[in-house]
Amino acid sequence: MYSQGLIGADSQTEETQEFLDAFQARIDAEEKIEPNDPMPEGYRRTLVRMIGQHAHSEIVGMLPEGNWITRAPTLRRKIALIAKVQDEGGHGLYLYSAAETLGVSREQMTEELLSGKAKYSSIFNYPTPTWADIGAIGWLVDGAAIMNQIPLCRCSFGPYARAMIRVCKEESFHQRQGYEIMMQLAHGSKAQKDMAQDALNRWWWPSLMMFGPHDADSEHGDQSMAWKIKRFTNDELRQKFIDATVPQAEFIGLTMPDPDLKWNEESGHYDHGSIDWDEFWRVVKGGGRMNRDRIAARRKAWDDGAWVREAAVVHAEKQATRKVAAE
Amino acid sequence: MPDTMTPLWEVFIRPRNGLHHKHVGSLHAADASLAIQSARDVYTRRGEGNSIWVVPSSQISASDPSSGKEMFDPADDKVYRHPTFYDIPDEVGNM
Repeated sequence: MYSQGLIGADSQTEETQEFLDAFQARIDAEEKIEPNDPMPEGYRRTLVRMIGQHAHSEIVGMLPEGNWITRAPTLRRKIALIAKVQDEGGHGLYLYSAAETLGVSREQMTEELLSGKAKYSSIFNYPTPTWADIGAIGWLVDGAAIMNQIPLCRCSFGPYARAMIRVCKEESFHQRQGYEIMMQLAHGSKAQKDMAQDALNRWWWPSLMMFGPHDADSEHGDQSMAWKIKRFTNDELRQKFIDATVPQAEFIGLTMPDPDLKWNEESGHYDHGSIDWDEFWRVVKGGGRMNRDRIAARRKAWDDGAWVREAAVVHAEKQATRKVAAE
Repeated sequence: MPDTMTPLWEVFIRPRNGLHHKHVGSLHAADASLAIQSARDVYTRRGEGNSIWVVPSSQISASDPSSGKEMFDPADDKVYRHPTFYDIPDEVGNM
């Protein structure tokens, strides 16, 4: 999903060739770049945008699932879902911190999310009308996120790579709890199995879109690969995801909603049908079912929390003044 | 943004007794007690530690990365500080 963060990124730089070559030599030697190291402005801008979008995706990603916390079918499912949504909040915070090391403030990033200037992953603009959607999100959406995030653990920028290591450790629980939900529904009554298949039908294609446009249409892929911000191309990661998930669907008796999907003996991969990129761009540009709701929910959370933030600051000031007076 | 910017804190966690506190990341909080509570929620959701330190980021003094080479080169030519510098016959055994 996070390669979508590169859409529209301006990776142009104005540094001297000598400076850029020296930087590239460090990258090629697999040295990690730390926040205070010299770096091309394009490298910094690309990372601010990518990490910022990744952080926003984690935070907005709490909403579609938060929708089901009060209606989870059992206590076991409910505590797992609460823990998962809390993890997503934590992941957002690790990532905001990583972006802040590049000189962008938390306030600025929040402002950009709430104003619609900054994007988040297109996947979170789809609704979650049934319980099976929670299973499909854990299995497919978190599964796609893991596929993206594992190579990001080796990203050339140290703080991003370190945040990703923490995130990946926690993400595996998300995918397993999601698949378990799907498995249980798929082995349940006809109505439950239908619900699981319906969720799969709705989430499959948007999950494939999370990897971003095809390599041939991806404007910034080459530079990001050269700087080792990304380690695999969008299409490579998408293929890995398809190859991993198709047998998982077969195992629980569900069918991917793609009549052209078939195993290719020669390539050793699954071939798939064409992705509706018009839909992808419509959702990215704000035309998805839930774009307006998501931003409205984030604005409300920000506004409703204002008094808490203000009270905390006033309390801290009062305690500091009292401490001085007592000394 | 109208809100006051809350200070940044660096978080250190000791995984268990006998180990050092180790830097794990940072977070924003209005004061130290809120920073510790947030650090618990953000960095120890799965038993990662039994002790937390928070330090205002503004209070950390750091060496200058642009003069890193000069800063650390005094140690570069002192191989005699390492045990492998000294030749001891194998017959002496482990030393």
